[in-house]
Amino acid sequence: MARVKFLCDADRCIECNACVTACKNENEVPWGINRRRVVTINDGKPGERSVSMACMHCTDAPCAAVCPVDCFYTTADAVVLHSKDLCIGCGYCFYACPFGAPQYPKVGNFGSRGKMDKCTYCAGGPEADLSPAEFQKYGSNRLAEGKLPLCAEMCSTKSLLAGDGEIIAQIYKERVVKRGYGSGAWGWQTAYKETIAI
Amino acid sequence: MRLGAQLRFLALGLMLALAAGFATPSSAQQINPTASAVKEQQFLDALKGNKDAELQGRITIPDGKAATLERPAGREWRAFHQGTMFRIAAIAVLGTLLLLTAFYLIRGRIRIEAGPSGRTITRFNGFERFTHWLTASCFIILALSGLNVTFGKAVLLPLIGPAAFTDISIIAKWSHNYLAWPFMVGIALTFLIWIKDNIPSGADLQWFAQGGGLIGKGHPAARRFNAGQKVIFWSVVIGGAALSLSGFYLLFPAYAGGVLNLQFWNSVHGIVSVLMVAIILAHIYIGSLGMEGAFDAMGSGEVDLNWAREHHSLWVEEEMRKGGVHKDPALQPAE
Repeated sequence: MARVKFLCDADRCIECNACVTACKNENEVPWGINRRRVVTINDGKPGERSVSMACMHCTDAPCAAVCPVDCFYTTADAVVLHSKDLCIGCGYCFYACPFGAPQYPKVGNFGSRGKMDKCTYCAGGPEADLSPAEFQKYGSNRLAEGKLPLCAEMCSTKSLLAGDGEIIAQIYKERVVKRGYGSGAWGWQTAYKETIAI
Repeated sequence: MRLGAQLRFLALGLMLALAAGFATPSSAQQINPTASAVKEQQFLDALKGNKDAELQGRITIPDGKAATLERPAGREWRAFHQGTMFRIAAIAVLGTLLLLTAFYLIRGRIRIEAGPSGRTITRFNGFERFTHWLTASCFIILALSGLNVTFGKAVLLPLIGPAAFTDISIIAKWSHNYLAWPFMVGIALTFLIWIKDNIPSGADLQWFAQGGGLIGKGHPAARRFNAGQKVIFWSVVIGGAALSLSGFYLLFPAYAGGVLNLQFWNSVHGIVSVLMVAIILAHIYIGSLGMEGAFDAMGSGEVDLNWAREHHSLWVEEEMRKGGVHKDPALQPAE
């Protein structure tokens, strides 16, 4: 099995927000939650930079480590998923996540935030693959259909890459060598404790 | 011919392309249009000086929190919560239980040396006992539901399975959230009704010097509360205030001002809680199993006069002057 990852080639991101929209539509994400977002650093200044970010499906994921009810699990493809049936909405994963991925459907007075929601790498949840219950809780399961996450699939500049970590790293390396520059695989050192050596 | 014209056009295009390729030096060919933009490595380098740094940007969705691109500080909190915090909690709780067991085995139950006198004296009135048990019952449930967050998945989850453990944890979370409020009321009342008897004094040093009568023989003189009880009082009041404040932010995360503050308040809440659990375990021990006659103070509110004389000699003298000592009805002469 592959170790799947996300890679945002920030030199190509044009902040079109198609990934954000694609994700919301494909997964019927609840109102107020954005599993993927595009952050623009130094907006409007020379050298502004946009990066598309979501759950990075970390190696040794901090969210899973701090969860008091152990509701997280890692699939054979190294996708970090969680069970909304087991989640108690305590907010610890939200404290621990370096990428701000975990979100809650309600604003949290009295800790009544509801069940945590985050990017599933379009891989659904613990329910039976492609079942209505799975879609209702977690959204689409494109991986079960043999497809990659929709955000990366429909990225207009192919800035956002998804797939086997080694293959997307190779694609990124070739791009950097060819064009002569690259701003780094955003989040990889934090998520995977490694970066792409060019 | 059409085909010939097309071929000529293609050849021209190729020549132009080649000419352009030769004319421009290879370095100028690789212009980096985003050379002045931040690279991830610069952010990671900046982190080495300031662990709490966040990489912030602008976002087009209304959720302001989402503007943080990366916040590696979560790793420090994780290391604290799963490592340091876990060890401190385990040592505080298990260590205290171990010490109390050892103390019981060595010292045994502390008896009323002169034996029960049959005469009683009012130690705590109804309102004082209400305040104590309000705070105490809330604390026990808050402590158990809090310990469940730290130790539940290691201790309880393997025993009862994930579904039942989640049900228990949800009940625990709701009781924690709601019982926090009567607990805060209890802490405030505790402070108000007992502050006058808990001002530190010179006699407290004497009490500590004599080991509080816990070690060795003899009982140091004490007023209504001895130095050990004053330590419990101030731990409960100050610890309770710290738990109330940190708990408030955890209950209302919107007021905490960011995840880094929530990580801080969560750490404060955890450490203060387990220290309180350790102190209260000792308090429960000495107030029940550890000392003959002590439980009556918070049970019926009436303590035996000999017990009071041994542990709170100065207070008994004051009460005697006020005439607060009752005779045992059984000892009263028949009329």
